[in-house]
Amino acid sequence: MSNKILEIQNIKRDFKMGTETVRALKGVSFDINAGEFVTIMGSSGSGKTTLLNILGCLDKPTEGKYLLDGVDVGKLERNELAHLRNIKIGFVFQAYNLLPRTSALENVELPLLYNPTIPQKERRERAIHALESVKLAERLEHTPNQLSGGQQQRVAIARALVNEPVMILADEATGNLDSRTSYEIMALIQELNQQQGKTIVFVTHEPDIAAFSSRTINLKDGKVIKDSPNVTVRSAKEVIASLPVTDDY
Amino acid sequence: MNIINLLRIAARALQRNKLRAFLTMLGIIIGVGAVIAMVAIGQGSKKSIQDQLSSMGSNMITIRPNSNVVAGARLDAGTVQTLKIEDVKALQKQGQYISDISPAASTKGQAINGALNWPTTIQGVSPQYLDIRAWQVKDGIAFTDADVTAAAKVCLLGQTVVNNLFVGGESPVGKIIRFNKIPFQVIGVLAPKGENAFGQDQDDIILTPYTTVQERILSTIYFQNIYVSALNEQVTDAAVAEISQILRVSHRLKPTDTDDFAVRTQEELINTFSSTSQLLTVLLTAIAGISLIIGGIGIMNIMYVSVTERTREIGLRMAIGARGTDILMQFLIEAILISITGGIIGVGLGIVASKLVTIFLSWPTLISESSIILSFLVCALTGVFFGYYPAQKASRLDPIDALRYE
Repeated sequence: MSNKILEIQNIKRDFKMGTETVRALKGVSFDINAGEFVTIMGSSGSGKTTLLNILGCLDKPTEGKYLLDGVDVGKLERNELAHLRNIKIGFVFQAYNLLPRTSALENVELPLLYNPTIPQKERRERAIHALESVKLAERLEHTPNQLSGGQQQRVAIARALVNEPVMILADEATGNLDSRTSYEIMALIQELNQQQGKTIVFVTHEPDIAAFSSRTINLKDGKVIKDSPNVTVRSAKEVIASLPVTDDY
Repeated sequence: MNIINLLRIAARALQRNKLRAFLTMLGIIIGVGAVIAMVAIGQGSKKSIQDQLSSMGSNMITIRPNSNVVAGARLDAGTVQTLKIEDVKALQKQGQYISDISPAASTKGQAINGALNWPTTIQGVSPQYLDIRAWQVKDGIAFTDADVTAAAKVCLLGQTVVNNLFVGGESPVGKIIRFNKIPFQVIGVLAPKGENAFGQDQDDIILTPYTTVQERILSTIYFQNIYVSALNEQVTDAAVAEISQILRVSHRLKPTDTDDFAVRTQEELINTFSSTSQLLTVLLTAIAGISLIIGGIGIMNIMYVSVTERTREIGLRMAIGARGTDILMQFLIEAILISITGGIIGVGLGIVASKLVTIFLSWPTLISESSIILSFLVCALTGVFFGYYPAQKASRLDPIDALRYE
């Protein structure tokens, strides 16, 4: 399995703050193969957010090369980047970022609205299918404020799946959730990774969460300090099963 | 990104904030409604004035004496007497653009029939006067040139005079009435003409040969007016020039003298009145237009608030593939949707308001298509103009910053 989805070579990113230059990334290189579940770990200030922005094609590196599914991202214009994000990347955010007062179905349809090649009927079918795959088939017409945090995040995951991206990019996707719900989300992500072969890049600072992935990349001060496969991948489902039965209410 | 998807996105965004969208629209609704109603009132009054003036005979030309300098003193127009039968004859003989001509001498007095009496005006004219004024004789017959020659004591009664002197539906034709003690035989009744543009009752009149008024009542050789009708409306101006020429010769005026008469056409009268109501329309429309601009500023304000409030949404849309132009178009279309929907409601409101004005205030109103189309276009433009800057602001947001916006 050497099908490279993502290839970054010696990526640097500088920010100009007035007269000073802040070097957020100081030469980062790694590849990610199709079907991998990678967590990127690092404390705040490690350059993890900057890296995430670059991986998500929201930002471009100052130096270095980034190939996403064979496309050289560094050479693209703003609008081409938008198109690339639309067809190749699925985002999951810490704060869900769902449209308020809008049904789950319409939220999931959103990325497809920006892809004119998909007709309305197919758009709806794919959105329903994506919601089924996150086990929310019963909640199609619910608006975000009628859903729990975990359910909202699952809608967000469905939204990330709907355009069939080559990579799902999750930014602290469990950061706003309690442990049990976090594990449920992780179980879902593991399932998507293992059963549907989705490539997942998960940014987090919790070692606990990283243990569910197949590989962990540690960042510190803008450099990769450790990049190793996990020998023993924990199963989120088993963790949930081992949790005590909720008796706190 | 196709336009249908954009419309869908914008419509959904508006649906999420129905009340706010409606309140924003309100400025436009009131503005457009006001424009439509004001223009309708202005146009309506203009048209009714024009109709009334045209009913007096649209190719009618009125000649009246003008102030003249007598021994260095300028005299009031009403006291000046310059129009005589010679003028009428000269016009008849030389005028090429003139079809009918009638002098007029009139005075006020009391008309009496038996026990009933009525203060009215007797106007001495020639038989052509009825053609000039486009006036029909309802009952009986009109007087003739022979009656003029004989200064016959025959008369035609206006409907108002008939109503006041003859009660119980008896026909006045053939009856004798007295005007200032002089007996007149009624030979006909004039068709009702209603009020003129000045609110005067045109039917409150008695018509009789001008010689009868001149010789039997006023004892004068002068006329207060001469009415002329041009061959048709197109030659009215030529007729006016011709009349001036003929009268100057007839009055033996030197080239340096000013005219001792004035020639006015109906058209001038219409223009005078039209310009008044035009001014009114312009003023009212300007006020309404200002409210439309305020409505537009309201849209701009709300769109700015909306862009700020929805920064994260914009960031999300960009992250999942919206281009800058998609965001620009979304907010622009939202603004246009607000302004156009407001425009449609406003047009409806304006039409209803105009009808209500007609029903409750009895003011004539005329809803013109041009005002509807124009205010509609202005609405769309308002949406584009006031929506563009907020939309542009949204489209230029950096997705990274927008996503992290608190």
